Amino acid sequence: MKKRLSVALRMALGTAAAGVLMTSGAALAADPIRIGVIAEAQAIAGASIPQAAQLAADEINAKGGVDGRKIEIVGYDNHSSSADSVRAFQRAVNEDKVNVVIASYISEVVLALEPWASRLKTPFVTPGAASNEISKSVHADYEKNKYTFHGYLTSAALALSVCDGAKDLLVDKMHMKTAVIMSEDAAWTKPLDVGYEECLPKIGLKVLDHIRFSPDTTDFTPIFNKIEGAKPDVIITGISHVGVQPTVQWKNQQVPIPMFGISSQATNETFGKDTNQAAEGVLYQGVSGPGVAVTPKSVPFAENFKKKFGNYPSYAGYTAYDEVYYIADAVKRAGSTDADKLVAALETTDWEGTIGRVQFYGKDDPFTHSIKYGKGLITGLMLQWQDGKQSAVWPKDIAKVDIKFPSFIKLSN
Amino acid sequence: MRAFQILIDGFAISALYALGATGFTLIFGVSGVLNLSHGAIMVAAAVAAWAAASVLNVGTYAGALIGVGVALLTAFATYFAVVKPIQDSRRIPNEEKEIFVLTGTLLWGIMIQELIAYFFTNNAKTVLPIVEGVVEILGVRTPKNEIFTAIVCCLVIALLWLLVNRTRTGKAVLAASMNPRGVTLLGLELTNIYIVVWGIYGILAGIAGVLLGMFLGVSSYSVGPLTASAFSIVVLGGLGSVSGSLIAAFVVGYLETLTAYLVSPAYRTIPALLLLVFVMYIRPQGLLGRR
Repeated sequence: MKKRLSVALRMALGTAAAGVLMTSGAALAADPIRIGVIAEAQAIAGASIPQAAQLAADEINAKGGVDGRKIEIVGYDNHSSSADSVRAFQRAVNEDKVNVVIASYISEVVLALEPWASRLKTPFVTPGAASNEISKSVHADYEKNKYTFHGYLTSAALALSVCDGAKDLLVDKMHMKTAVIMSEDAAWTKPLDVGYEECLPKIGLKVLDHIRFSPDTTDFTPIFNKIEGAKPDVIITGISHVGVQPTVQWKNQQVPIPMFGISSQATNETFGKDTNQAAEGVLYQGVSGPGVAVTPKSVPFAENFKKKFGNYPSYAGYTAYDEVYYIADAVKRAGSTDADKLVAALETTDWEGTIGRVQFYGKDDPFTHSIKYGKGLITGLMLQWQDGKQSAVWPKDIAKVDIKFPSFIKLSN
Repeated sequence: MRAFQILIDGFAISALYALGATGFTLIFGVSGVLNLSHGAIMVAAAVAAWAAASVLNVGTYAGALIGVGVALLTAFATYFAVVKPIQDSRRIPNEEKEIFVLTGTLLWGIMIQELIAYFFTNNAKTVLPIVEGVVEILGVRTPKNEIFTAIVCCLVIALLWLLVNRTRTGKAVLAASMNPRGVTLLGLELTNIYIVVWGIYGILAGIAGVLLGMFLGVSSYSVGPLTASAFSIVVLGGLGSVSGSLIAAFVVGYLETLTAYLVSPAYRTIPALLLLVFVMYIRPQGLLGRR
């Protein structure tokens, strides 16, 4: 009896010991999945990127991580500089041993990082840059550049999204006929302008003039003056580096023509305050917005973000949040963080995120590794600043309000 | 119509340039200091006015006053923390002090710029205008705030002229700019005169900064271009010459406006810079320089 008991005791002890060994063994195997996040911490659009990524990582980790592996975010501030970003990328890969990099909303920065993703064979996703060249390079030399993924709409898709919105809102509803394109001179607007020039006439808006200006312009009076001279029904915008200044001067000078298009800074919740509410009436394209349920995930994310950081995320916050999730999903499906396996897994991504359903264009598409644009996937939306808030006005199924303009806007029809 | 437009817009921007450059040239005239943190002080004033009015909701007037106050404090901080220690140092040879002051104020300006970017982001901010709305002048729809800006600039410059030419303190400042040694021999403390000049400078830069924030808006990126434009206006007008700077400010302001309207807004600053190079060739002391 005594002997038997001791055998049982020994067995129990042995099992316990084995259990301890096994769990510690598992802990050793479960290295964290390290995601490097390189972003413009001092710019409102960029500041949301590391915050949103961290939020996603915390949520995934709270549910036990990916197959027991935690996600660790390693952040780097790039001061909006390409050179700083390249150094951060090298450091992230070589010293901090990250598995994947999420970086930047500036096309120039992303284009500078793309060759480094190839050289260092590290999967790399951008949450906010738009230039067509990012995914065109992947298409042109797939084997070399396959590590880069374009996690935001290309400029070509952005132009389409603006035109789709303009057709319903401006042409069909308000019977507008003419437009002037006003865009800043930057890498992302070159293909955007090509897209605008092509799609605006197709939807019935004649392009009367096309003004490109330097992103360091401070006085927009001559530009608005020239636009007014052409007497268009609407100004179609392509601005991101600038935003506050043209908007405030548009209001102060009471330019009687509405602005409609891409205005990245207007996607930030702080834009109203930064412009002292001059943003009132500005129409801008977005992929999400506060209170807009693009998918069931959009609103909870925006609210959690606001609870944690005090403001709603910029557009790049939504995409960065989704990216951490679909990277985690890809790691799970690949069963590894090996770069090539991860690239293959990312290519088959089918993830419903906060901005819609994310899938990537394949090797044969001219925009390889860019997220797909279209109904049922990501269409984008049009929002308007109304009463100090951002409200969705298009597409119809999620629109909350009708378009309204401040009193100085004189609609010609 | 377009001519009037250029006339009106050019005047407002030129008056603003004049105000910004006056303080800059005054300091150089009196104490030989080229303050490369000039743009940073202007931006600090504008951002402070914005933060006070839009975040703390103190109102437009109080916000503008706070902006000017912040510029005054920053100007004194520049003098006491950066310029004076270099001027008083025994370890820096006298002939090298000028270059030390240049480097010191440049770095100081970058520090202020980074602080602003850190706390308020590098996105542009605009100060709520004191007067809103537009009026038609000669068929040109002009924001009232633009007229307000021009009037305030002219008033402040006129006040400065009165101060320098009609008051005892002003005359001492003028004397110090002509012959610092002579002033000391007359029993005036040079340091006190410097403090007065930095105070005047702080107020001028503050008003210019707040008005610029209302008129066009500023961001931490504006620091470099603002310093550069004040610097080139002052060099064009003749270093240390207040009236030279006023003339140069209007030359540059109108040249830029003409270019923006008649050629392209993208080339706005180029002709003024070419003119600067040209003047440097034929008249290195600037338009009204003394040397």
